[in-house]
Amino acid sequence: MLHPQTGSKPPRLGFTGICKSFGVVKALRDVSLDVRAGEVLALMGENGAGKSTLLKIMAGAYHADQGAITIDGVPQHFPTPLHARKAGIRVVYQEPDIVPGTTVAENIFIGELPRRAGRLVDWKRLNEDAAQLLSTFRFGQEIDPETIASDLTPAKRQMVEILRSLRQGLKVLALDEPTSSLSEAEAHDLFDLVRRLRADGVGILYVSHRMNEILGLSDRVAVLRDGSLVGVREAAELDQPQLISMMVGRALDSGMRKQRQANGATVLEVEGLTSEDVTDISFTLRAGEVVGLAGLIGAGRTELSKALFGALPRRSGRVRIAGQDVALRSPREAVDAGLVYVPEERKADGLFLERSVMENASIAILRRISPLRIIRKKEERRVVTEYTRRMRVKTPSLDQWIGKLSGGNQQKLILARWLATHPRVLILDEPTRGIDVGAKADVYALIDELAAAGAAILLVSSELPEILGLSDRIICLQAGRITATLDAQGASEEAVLREIMPRHL
Amino acid sequence: MRRLLNAIGPQNLSLLVALLVLVAIFGSLRPDAFFSPRNFTAILNAITILGIVAMAQTVVIISGGIDVSVGSIVGMASVVAALAMSSVDSAAVGILAAVAVGGIGGAVNGLLVTKGRVNPIITTLATLAIFQGVAYIVSNGKAIGVLNTDFNWIGAGRIAGVPMTVIVFSVIAVLMVYFMRATDMGRNIYAIGGNPNAARLAGIRLERYRVGVYTLTGLICGVAAVLLTARSTSGQPSSGSAGLELEAITAAFLGGCAMAGGRGTIVGTILGVLIIGTLNNGMLLMMVPNFYQLLAKGVLLLGAVMIMEFRTRRPA
Repeated sequence: MLHPQTGSKPPRLGFTGICKSFGVVKALRDVSLDVRAGEVLALMGENGAGKSTLLKIMAGAYHADQGAITIDGVPQHFPTPLHARKAGIRVVYQEPDIVPGTTVAENIFIGELPRRAGRLVDWKRLNEDAAQLLSTFRFGQEIDPETIASDLTPAKRQMVEILRSLRQGLKVLALDEPTSSLSEAEAHDLFDLVRRLRADGVGILYVSHRMNEILGLSDRVAVLRDGSLVGVREAAELDQPQLISMMVGRALDSGMRKQRQANGATVLEVEGLTSEDVTDISFTLRAGEVVGLAGLIGAGRTELSKALFGALPRRSGRVRIAGQDVALRSPREAVDAGLVYVPEERKADGLFLERSVMENASIAILRRISPLRIIRKKEERRVVTEYTRRMRVKTPSLDQWIGKLSGGNQQKLILARWLATHPRVLILDEPTRGIDVGAKADVYALIDELAAAGAAILLVSSELPEILGLSDRIICLQAGRITATLDAQGASEEAVLREIMPRHL
Repeated sequence: MRRLLNAIGPQNLSLLVALLVLVAIFGSLRPDAFFSPRNFTAILNAITILGIVAMAQTVVIISGGIDVSVGSIVGMASVVAALAMSSVDSAAVGILAAVAVGGIGGAVNGLLVTKGRVNPIITTLATLAIFQGVAYIVSNGKAIGVLNTDFNWIGAGRIAGVPMTVIVFSVIAVLMVYFMRATDMGRNIYAIGGNPNAARLAGIRLERYRVGVYTLTGLICGVAAVLLTARSTSGQPSSGSAGLELEAITAAFLGGCAMAGGRGTIVGTILGVLIIGTLNNGMLLMMVPNFYQLLAKGVLLLGAVMIMEFRTRRPA
């Protein structure tokens, strides 16, 4: 399915030397990449490799720290997403950006509704124009322009969003995991549309984890790893193992694993846990053991963690802690049973940004240190001092406002909060996300220390090197189910990726 | 001095300054009338009921909610207390009735907000009307006289020259400051207002706290109703609905509460109430017409909230 090359013509969309950092985290490093007119360029990479950041830069939602974007050789500058749209770039994210309460036709022509007699909407012309556009792309039979957009299936909503971009002189279309919520038949409709747009000369940037889909649809494949471009290959010359080996190969920069003796008693037993997002999950955790939970975004890692913690409802399944059946219907019950959860979203789910370091650290132990409901402030200071020291939280004072701490120190503070409750089971959800290298090394060392002290730890992470480097065993999650449990000793990134990547379609 | 500053709280310093500025202005314009023990007692006496209701409101706002039905709760509790005393001539019965009715009204609000999952403004707007309706129905729309002298003494009596109403207000103020600062419940109320998600994940039972906060507010409004009924020696169905809720909310925001919750202090609200009281008193002494007083209050609130917004936006 190769297409005639554009020869010496400039690319449809060109990235040159794009760099982007968020605080200390380098999301993109010197990325140069071309999307040609009339090709589908697949963009692949592990979670956090920088795909979304690149899409957001081309959409004008983020601004690159360095580097340039060109369209047909002309340098571009996108102060806002509107500028990118006007230049002919359209990015369709996983969740289509439609206005639910209005019709398909209104959604397609939003912002430019045809008018008559001044400010009145010309409904007749609007619906005719929409019908014409729909039938041009052979959706005339399937989508009625007068349908309310929220009544459409996810696939059709996506089509509507793509069609919306067509009337604005579409030059480059980026699709972010467009098939993740589509059925197979719907996905085929989408592929047809993509092929038609390609034939019309649109440059298409296609982000997906699904290898078969990528190899079948795209002309070339670009792979990002840790924010850098690993390489661009002709799709016809690639196979799955080659692709996987391009995506992996990162080294854990710090905190290499020490040998661990995980022969403690079984602390946590989960049997057949099923919730809205995960199905039939069974596993055990021993005292002194770190078990990694690997999966792509959307595999259900956070959902599983929250269901265990009682923060999301469970449909069925049994949980035992230290041999005792526990109901864990709410976070409170989980905390009381000795199971705690350090959330992925530090700001949204963990911190009280208006309050002091002290109050943030002691919130989970207030009941213990408040006989007759009156806080014993000396005891509070003593316990918080002990645990913030142990977690190496750097703060000028415990009465410091929490917002002044760095992300790494905030993360360590939340660890301190939970350790002060003396938990038996710790679920750590992306404990090193968005924190700097030094703080990461601290967190790795702390995880080791905690395991050595007898805690049972479930480590959720998108970073495979982190999982491989810290875990004793690795649970692989894919689409809400456990696909394999690997012994970390002999496991490789390839082996884990193979288990967590979608197999079909 | 340092301890006093700590007790007031550094964030409330600007309020204290604003209050002193107001005192200085009115004091220099009418030194004879303004600077007298009698006038200061009058200022305090005038703000006790508003002050008590505003402190209750502060707790709700800190917890991330709001209660616009507080005035109606006061009216309903006042009427029921007067009715109770007209059948059983006992001050204790009157006090108990007022506080109990207040607590029930608050609990209804709390249950509707949590179990019914209705937005707090809408819920309490509805109960504002409902409680007012109840007050008019049980009283037949008429004021109900209270003849019990023990009860009425709460409204007019003095101990060592200090009005009882001021004493009741002060006791509640001390208890509330202590409750919010020193107990785990106070801490948790700040937590659920500041970040309900994080609070739930930290093991705090949100619903229980929300119901509790509204109930507490109702109980405190019941106390305010006792003062009001005793002072006017009658249960008045309309007495609670004269804009009391709006003044209470104004004082709370003036005192540093944030609409989103998680921020505010009892001391700040008391200062807010004192500012409103001083402003009212000063303008009265200056014989500023009533309409202009309203105007001044509105401008004051806007100014205070804008300054606060400006100050909190500074850190990223």
